[in-house]
Amino acid sequence: MNARRPPGTLASAWLIARKDLAIEFRTRTAFLSALVFSVLAIATFYFTWDTSVVTAADRAPGVLWVVLTFSALLGLQRSFGLEEHDRAIDALLVSPISREAIYLGKAIGNLAFLVAVQVVAIPALALFYDLRLGRAMAIVAGIVVLAMIGIVAIGTLFSAMAVNTRLAELLLPMLSLPFFVPVLLCGAQAASLVFAGRPMAEAWPWLRILVAFDIVFVVACTLAFPFTLEE
Amino acid sequence: MTSVAPRTHASAPLEAKPVFDWFFAFAVLLVIGIYIRAIYFTPIEALQGPIQKIYYLHVPAAIAAYVAISLTALASVVYLWLGDDRLDRLAASSAEVGLLFLSIVLTTGPLWAKQQWGTYWAWWDMRLTLTLFLAFVVAAYIVLRDAIEDDAMRRRYSAVLAVLGALLIPFIHLSVYMFQARLHPLPVALKPGQPSMSPEMMWTFFPSMIVFTILCIAFIRARYRIGVLRDIAAHAGDSDAS
Repeated sequence: MNARRPPGTLASAWLIARKDLAIEFRTRTAFLSALVFSVLAIATFYFTWDTSVVTAADRAPGVLWVVLTFSALLGLQRSFGLEEHDRAIDALLVSPISREAIYLGKAIGNLAFLVAVQVVAIPALALFYDLRLGRAMAIVAGIVVLAMIGIVAIGTLFSAMAVNTRLAELLLPMLSLPFFVPVLLCGAQAASLVFAGRPMAEAWPWLRILVAFDIVFVVACTLAFPFTLEE
Repeated sequence: MTSVAPRTHASAPLEAKPVFDWFFAFAVLLVIGIYIRAIYFTPIEALQGPIQKIYYLHVPAAIAAYVAISLTALASVVYLWLGDDRLDRLAASSAEVGLLFLSIVLTTGPLWAKQQWGTYWAWWDMRLTLTLFLAFVVAAYIVLRDAIEDDAMRRRYSAVLAVLGALLIPFIHLSVYMFQARLHPLPVALKPGQPSMSPEMMWTFFPSMIVFTILCIAFIRARYRIGVLRDIAAHAGDSDAS
């Protein structure tokens, strides 16, 4: 018998996340496509409003949330698609790693991916839409991270489900978007208050719902994930 | 490794029953009866005019939709626990019936709103917005079921989606509530059903809700029996092939 014990839940989750990020770092395909998509969308949306009526700074928050949602879907699509080649998921399942740890690892990897995309996309938005990168921007970045935790919690689970269906790519947005509604609504409302220079006290109620959503769905999706795996 | 998949019960052999039976006919007769009453024997509301009669379709359909969708969520939770196929069939049946009634609600609501509010859609009305997103979740549930070929996987996946959907509703409710509170004072005066009704109207309104609940149960029952027939047919195909 081997004396080495398998790592704990968090340690093995970290292993999974590192594996996914290493694959991504070597190929960079998903990262580059999500990045190009984000910047392209930011640039394209500039021309969808009459600039003489609505100023660029006024519509920047809306563009931010649309781009965030769809670049997230691009990244999430790949999360479990990656494991389908050569049935790599089977190797993960026979490893002495709990299913909850696989889920958490995948989610952490997705979150890191999304943060990396936004680290470029948000400054690009500020640049193109002439926003000032001040204190408000830092707070908005924090709100975006809170929103991304909820999006990733839901999206990682549905990505695992969608890869096993006939519709795959089509199904992920259809399953995920209704679940993103409270996240986007609360995130966008809080961010627009911050952008408008309102006191933080006004944004708190929205952030409270956002944090509650994150907690409820991280726990619920972690518990539900084992049901989505093949035996 | 511990198994998390619900056990598949070797349940009693499936028995085909007629889809349309006396109970279905009874429900349909009740619906005909309540509309004869609503159209010919219920007075026209003085302020709103004939459009108010849409209440006798809109509100009972909404109640039937909520009954059906609650049943889906409940059956799914218990399915994940017990793993009984019958619960999955019940969840699938009530989801389809729920979407049918939600479509009625989402069509009649805007028709009434156009007359009363002057607009087909008002995002600040919480029930309207909540019903729309609920319909999206139920539609995703039905599409998900159709997109999976493996029976056991379809049952587990759809149950997971239904349970998460049940957790989602309070969050949509809360965020839309805050959104409308910020934009618009709460629509106290515009609440459908809030203006007082005459006793004759009450005697159409409340029975119509009971009638639609019975109709909803009749639909779910019929759809459940279609589900049994499908499973028998699939089973027969399996044994032929082997």
